[in-house]
Amino acid sequence: MALGTLTTRHTQALFGALGRLARAPLATAMTLLVIGLALVLPAALGLLVRNAESATGGFGHAVDMSVYLKSGVSLARARELAVEARAEPGVDAVSVISAAAGLRQFRQYSGFGAALDALKSNPLPNVLRIVPQPRASGPAALEALRRTFASWPEVDMVQLDAQWVLRFNAILAVVRRLVSIAAVLFGAGVLAVIGNTVRLEILNRRDEIEVTKLVGGSNAFVRRPFLYTGTLYGLGGALLAWLVLETAVLGLQAPVAHLARLYGSGFALTGLAGRELAVLFGGGMALGWLGAWISARRHLRDIEPRA
Amino acid sequence: MIQLERVSKRYPNGREALTNVSFFVDRGELVFLTGRSGAGKSTLLKLIALLERPTRGTVTVNGRSTGALKARHIPAFRRHIGVVFQDHKLLADRPVFDNVALPLVVAGAPLKEIDKRVRAALDQVGLLGKERLLPMELSVGEQQRVGIARAIVGKPPLIVADEPTGNLDPDLALEVMRLFKRFSEVGVTVLVATHDLHIVREFGSREITLTSGQLTGGAPDPLPSLVASR
Repeated sequence: MALGTLTTRHTQALFGALGRLARAPLATAMTLLVIGLALVLPAALGLLVRNAESATGGFGHAVDMSVYLKSGVSLARARELAVEARAEPGVDAVSVISAAAGLRQFRQYSGFGAALDALKSNPLPNVLRIVPQPRASGPAALEALRRTFASWPEVDMVQLDAQWVLRFNAILAVVRRLVSIAAVLFGAGVLAVIGNTVRLEILNRRDEIEVTKLVGGSNAFVRRPFLYTGTLYGLGGALLAWLVLETAVLGLQAPVAHLARLYGSGFALTGLAGRELAVLFGGGMALGWLGAWISARRHLRDIEPRA
Repeated sequence: MIQLERVSKRYPNGREALTNVSFFVDRGELVFLTGRSGAGKSTLLKLIALLERPTRGTVTVNGRSTGALKARHIPAFRRHIGVVFQDHKLLADRPVFDNVALPLVVAGAPLKEIDKRVRAALDQVGLLGKERLLPMELSVGEQQRVGIARAIVGKPPLIVADEPTGNLDPDLALEVMRLFKRFSEVGVTVLVATHDLHIVREFGSREITLTSGQLTGGAPDPLPSLVASR
């Protein structure tokens, strides 16, 4: 078949589908609403995860590690170890807190000054304070780093000062999994809604389909407008979901910015962008097409011309 | 063009509509298929247009046996046959133009050509100027002629018509039959099922008569060698 003919046919099918959707605005709007809302939930969760990740990305430098050296390790050796530590992958900065400096800090902040004076010697070890690079601030990377330092013979213990970041990341992992589950469930919902809508339309247009087959319309020809209908539903639903999310983000931006400021963070809530939009629209259209295809395949077979 | 060999058709309900029917129609022939209602005329046309398949025997149209045709080849097969239905089978919600254009749209003809050929077909059935009307706005006879225009618009080599004049007054009926005659004169094979014996006599064309699903007359073989037996 000539390319021009194919283009003509697709254009006809597209405009035919658009026309039919426009002629029943109320039914179309209801269907779009259902599809749109079904797409909103997984997209909103995804947006939540992404924003939470970027919010905590700013905490990367809040994560640090205290490596307590054994009490016999001298300050000079501690300085050598600091140089070695700096060479470890994923390490951003290393500072040495000498036993004396540690004691001074402790005396200053703890209020146990008098009690410390009673001690004959400094009970504190030399400590290396390690700041990981932001990209090595994930739970797995931090754990790997901790294990590396713990295995050094001079190291007594390693304390991670950011347990809460790890817990937060774990929560995010749970939500991320929820996004996947919601996407599958609601995707199946969209599939069913579009499939059923297309089924009803096929039944409504039974006579037309029969006559079209009668004059030699192939299955592909008969199916095409329905596939466009499904794809358009998916596109419209994605558009609606996007609008809903943008509105929600707009409404939340000010209070979230206020909250972030209270935590001393410049974090700002952002809506879907780039790849995420592509996933929403691509996913919506793919689900629409697939739902229509399944339905059309199943129901068009049953309509054969009977003169 | 059309060859039936010992064709029988039994419907799922057990009724045998055709029994051991054989005949041959040559290219460019105008043949009338006559018989009472229920004699099997419609069934025979359905077998030729591949709306039904024979229970036994073979139906060959335009050199292709319908029995061996795969489902995906049926659409292309149907595009080579113009079918006129007793109940027109027009789309009520589409204007006359769209109804007539459907076979061309389905075949993927360019828009310009569709426009030209639809007008030509409507002109031939005397309905030029009524393109934008809905079938409901036409008389029954006009609707019938829209159906005929749709059957001829794709210039098929074969036209089968089931009681195309059933709803027409005698003058119009004659007019439509003359139209079919003209088609046959330019090489189109035309098979018309009718119970209007008056018209059949008028045209003096070959007549095939069915009685209770069996061929009872008027099937002199123009090419006996091609048909094994009757």
